[in-house]
Amino acid sequence: MVATETFPIFDVLAIRRDFPILHQEVNQFLVAFLDSGASSQRPRQVIECLEDYYRRYHANVHRGVYKFSEEATFAYERARGKVARFVGATSPREIVFTRNATEAINLVAYAWGRANVKAGDRILLTIMEHHSNLVPWQMLAQQTGAHLDYLTIDGQGRLVLDDLDRLLTEQTRLVALTHQSNVLGTINPVSEIAQRAHAVGALMLVDGAQSVPHMPTQVRDLGIDFLAFSGHKMCGPTGIGALWARRDLLEAMPPFLGGGSMIKVVELEQSTYADIPARFEAGTPAIAEAIALGEAIDYLSNIGLDTIHHHEHMLLQYALEQLSQVPGLRIHGPTSAEERGAAISFSLEKVHPHDIAAFLDSQGVAVRAGHHCTQPLHRVLQVPATTRASFYLYNIPEEIDRLVAGLVKVKQLLG
Amino acid sequence: MQDFYCEHVLEHFKYPSNYGALDHPTVSHEEHNPLCGDRIRLDLLIENDIVKDIRFSGQGCVISQASASILTDEIKGKTVEAAKLFGKAELLEQIGIPLEKSPVRLKCALLSLKALKVCLYGVADILEEEWS
Repeated sequence: MVATETFPIFDVLAIRRDFPILHQEVNQFLVAFLDSGASSQRPRQVIECLEDYYRRYHANVHRGVYKFSEEATFAYERARGKVARFVGATSPREIVFTRNATEAINLVAYAWGRANVKAGDRILLTIMEHHSNLVPWQMLAQQTGAHLDYLTIDGQGRLVLDDLDRLLTEQTRLVALTHQSNVLGTINPVSEIAQRAHAVGALMLVDGAQSVPHMPTQVRDLGIDFLAFSGHKMCGPTGIGALWARRDLLEAMPPFLGGGSMIKVVELEQSTYADIPARFEAGTPAIAEAIALGEAIDYLSNIGLDTIHHHEHMLLQYALEQLSQVPGLRIHGPTSAEERGAAISFSLEKVHPHDIAAFLDSQGVAVRAGHHCTQPLHRVLQVPATTRASFYLYNIPEEIDRLVAGLVKVKQLLG
Repeated sequence: MQDFYCEHVLEHFKYPSNYGALDHPTVSHEEHNPLCGDRIRLDLLIENDIVKDIRFSGQGCVISQASASILTDEIKGKTVEAAKLFGKAELLEQIGIPLEKSPVRLKCALLSLKALKVCLYGVADILEEEWS
């Protein structure tokens, strides 16, 4: 057993004090929250930011000329600036607020896709995509007559890049892939694939839902064209996410949803549309959530994404080591911590993931069980469902010890 | 473990009643839960409006498999009319674990009941509200 003190990177116990929810008991145990891959928890700073907005200056944005509205507009746009800096955008105009990564990807599929993808074109995906980066492209392909291609994985859960030569063609319009698999934990070589995509004239969209919260992400360094991510996986509220898109692409894209705020002049038969990013933000946005996402970004940035990544990496190494000692346990995805992020899915011989998760819950340990919105991947793995433990900045090695102890026990009882 | 899954549920999981298949079932149906991959198949032999024999097969979590075992014990020997009256409340009472607050686990528990209803009514697309 490794004690928390041997993790000297930062004061994780001080971090934990910022998260009220982590001090609750579940089934008479202090909760061990190991499901941040599905949704993270929020520090009090973010919770207070939401409350402060509603108590002090709530009003609609981009409309009123009174104090509340001006203050709300200022805070909303300042949050856009924080998001832009966080991912290394050239301008805040390259950031469109969406509900989540799913909506950001759908925005690209609808607005860019319907204007740029036609019958016979190809879109390259990977077998490890979350349904959010798969179904929108299926819908686009069905409507336009485009084809979908898939990169597959090897036995260690890594993309088979040798297939790129064959699958990237002159007809490929877009490569859409996840930076980090939400199941396998695999971190994909995004820059390399982006270069290969650009070489055949295809654009590159990255689903950053599992990576942006956990490691420094700079879109220019990655050399990509679109990045989608969610606020609720990075200590922000639910209902807010963002799309980053290269400015020239965004400028050329037709609108997504129609309505208020996204127009310049509305006539009876036609309208002219607002400049970016307003063109893609029809209707009253999630103002409080956007502002609080900015607060979450401040919180994470003050600690440092490098530091957070390093902390998670140590937890990951420890977890891989401990889990590999559980009899009958099989880890899906890379066994080397260097190739993966801090989400570990596994199967335990003869014990169903629901029973594992329910038993761990009885011990106060929260993990995810199911197909994690990746049915095609689970078909490749040949298991109907898996159990996943995922870590974030507030997790400690003692929680991994409790996970492992619970797994050993449930195996004895049901295996 | 007793306070996790009560003992009789574990017994049904480890030593299920009526597990297997019938050679000449009157009616069969298989239900899936796409969320977790649970699968329950029911075979019913109906003679003179009585469920003379019933078997289940499949795979899944303790709740889904134990529930199927409990359900087959209850249904075997009942008239078709009586079997139709066996519903959610009756099954949950027999399972004995409070699942009402856990919608995900409730689906596991009711998978076998859904298969039974499809067998008895012969409708594959029973709306969820009608059986849950």
